[in-house]
Amino acid sequence: MKEEGRLWILVDYYRCSGCRLCEIICSLKNEGRIWPEASRIRIFEEVPGATIPHLCVQCSDYPCVNSCPVGALTVDDRTGAVIVDEEKCVGCGKCVEACPGNVPRIPRGKRSVVICDLCGGDPECVKICSEAGYGALKLYRGGLQTDLQNIHT
Amino acid sequence: MILPYGFTGRILDIDLSTGDISVVEFPEETYRKWLGGRGLGTYILWKELGDRWEFINPLGTDNILLALTGPLTGYYPGIKLCITGKSPESNGVVGSTISSEVAIELKAAGYDGIIIRGKAETPKYLLIIDDHVEMKDAQKYWGRDPHEFLPELIRETHKEAIELAGVGGIPKEPAIIYIGRGGEKGVRFASIMAKWVHAAGYGGYGAVMGSKNLKAIVVKGNGPLPPIADREKYEGYLREVYQQLFESTTFRAWGTGAGGYEVGYRLSSEPIKNWQEEWHDREEISVINFELNFWVKKYWGDYGCPITCMKISYIRSGKYKGARSDAPDYELMAYLGTNLGIFESEKIVYLSYLADELGLDAINAGNVLGFIAELYQRGILTEEDIGFELRWGDADAFAKLLKLIANKEGIGKILAEGTYRAAIAISKMKNVDATKYAVQVKGIAVGAHGIRSGEDYPSPIGYAISVQGGDHTSPAFHEPRTPAGEVRAAFVDSAVICSFTSWIGFDKLIEFLNAVTGWDMTVEEWVNETALRIIHMQRILLLLGGPDIYWDPRIHDENPQRFYEPLPSGPHRGKKADKNEVEKLKKKYYEDIGYDEYGIPRPDMLKKLGIDDAISALKRIRRRLGI
Repeated sequence: MKEEGRLWILVDYYRCSGCRLCEIICSLKNEGRIWPEASRIRIFEEVPGATIPHLCVQCSDYPCVNSCPVGALTVDDRTGAVIVDEEKCVGCGKCVEACPGNVPRIPRGKRSVVICDLCGGDPECVKICSEAGYGALKLYRGGLQTDLQNIHT
Repeated sequence: MILPYGFTGRILDIDLSTGDISVVEFPEETYRKWLGGRGLGTYILWKELGDRWEFINPLGTDNILLALTGPLTGYYPGIKLCITGKSPESNGVVGSTISSEVAIELKAAGYDGIIIRGKAETPKYLLIIDDHVEMKDAQKYWGRDPHEFLPELIRETHKEAIELAGVGGIPKEPAIIYIGRGGEKGVRFASIMAKWVHAAGYGGYGAVMGSKNLKAIVVKGNGPLPPIADREKYEGYLREVYQQLFESTTFRAWGTGAGGYEVGYRLSSEPIKNWQEEWHDREEISVINFELNFWVKKYWGDYGCPITCMKISYIRSGKYKGARSDAPDYELMAYLGTNLGIFESEKIVYLSYLADELGLDAINAGNVLGFIAELYQRGILTEEDIGFELRWGDADAFAKLLKLIANKEGIGKILAEGTYRAAIAISKMKNVDATKYAVQVKGIAVGAHGIRSGEDYPSPIGYAISVQGGDHTSPAFHEPRTPAGEVRAAFVDSAVICSFTSWIGFDKLIEFLNAVTGWDMTVEEWVNETALRIIHMQRILLLLGGPDIYWDPRIHDENPQRFYEPLPSGPHRGKKADKNEVEKLKKKYYEDIGYDEYGIPRPDMLKKLGIDDAISALKRIRRRLGI
């Protein structure tokens, strides 16, 4: 996988209103229903007013992929996203445990894990957040180091 | 019965006295006839309590508290939960909506709502995590204010939700509605609260919850919302509504707060000093002063809101340090601001915070504060009666009163009964007619939109005839067979969506409903059947009333006397409500909606609306009124 092709969703916490349009659009696209806990991006609000978008950040060492005993998780060559093979996934929760960010979910009513696949390169959450005018989610392309430099300058 | 689309078809039924927990199911026909929220709540209350309504003490064990969603909750942008029950303010039913994720969590947990009966022996909170429903001890939370207990309750219940999820990962925190001190002590206008600042204000249901020893309802749903009947259509409508609402940039920027200046200066309809005036040009109340000095979050939305009109204000220093509210919110700017002669942003942030912390409905609270301050101004009440001086603009004195009300101490004990009942008590106590200074209708404070200038939205009979009294979110419109006024509000409160996101064509709302539910509802059906059914049933329960106060439409289908006094200032000086016009509109309204000449529903209309079983209640009403 080429580093330049990788995608990242950058979260700007100050801009998140907590409107959760991202959750709605994500679950409609991926599950065909509105399903807050199956959305690949979820907004936590443990203190009312502090709205925290939470989603996969595509770790460079992919502990979730490595932990999967049945090979249900792979890395998308083009984007670096984690792809779940719903047929193969047995819902054992090993990836949930392995994730350092508590990101993956197997919500009630679903037998396989849900992890953000970056919508194949054009994430719906980023689009709706931008259309809505908040811009709390931004898409960055390229290697991680380059991105960090871009962000800080 | 599991309904195919939009609804879960299941409602939790919880008896706090016995600890029984069950699930009730209604046939699809019931949902079609009453929708959800305000409509379904009214139906359930009629079925359960209708035959002895006059004898049910709203703050007694027999009252039923309902927290219901509707068919569009979670699907249409802008989340709401609708609280109903027998209202301790009006003794009727008020559909009181609150912005809270409890609504979407309920649906995701597999319920359309909750019915709460009886009374717990000791303080409890209700914990719902999908199928796991439990009454939990709340003694450690009772008597404490939200800034103390809410973070603790969120942490405690989130931990439980995480444990229950097992290998399924970390769910988001549960959503919570709760009461403050006002609700615990039974203040008649106590609100049910969520997320610091959201309130089901009108109705006084915080007091009902408190009377049941219920501190909070905590809900976490991990499943999906029920399926959508026509997904393609639905997603098309959703995108369309998003686009329209994304364009509400002024509302997003300033929320309702722009009204603090505008409604007074431009419309001459803002309550000032207990409605003695309605016009001002005090620019210091402008939103900019809140934004520059206090905003720490500029856009705040609840689940699925494309507008995010909420803001968070926080006072960083000075004597009100630590106060946090959603100021400026127009109703609170008016009722805890201008109505008390207060125009400074800092004081408004502080008093809003205090009302929220104490769990008091700020509209009814500000109304009763203005009322008593006018009695002080007129010398009807003195420093001796109140305990201290009470001058217009003195935020600290009003803050003191708010605390006395929440604790039901001193004069606060009388004021905790709300403006109407306090006015009756003070009239007796002082041998004067204090009711003429009470700006309320049927026990409910009139919202901060006056009718005298004729510039604001409520019709001259908007409050006088509304089945929710002074509720400014549900004023009657003088042509009842149109999707406006109460007929529209009944939809918003029964589909249970936000009134600020629903200002699109009414036909579009109906199409939205059909796309979600798979129904073939028409605007015609809503306007001429469903809405009328809900409004008629609410009207019947309101006129049954009791046990402490009853309404006589010949007397109480009326504006507060203040609205017949001329405006003393501003470009609309001299204008007032016209009694002849009000009488004329009232007569026409009765006729058009199908009431008799006294404003009582007619048996033939009830038959037509399919609520024949309420005909016997009409006899009870007529017998009491002697007509």
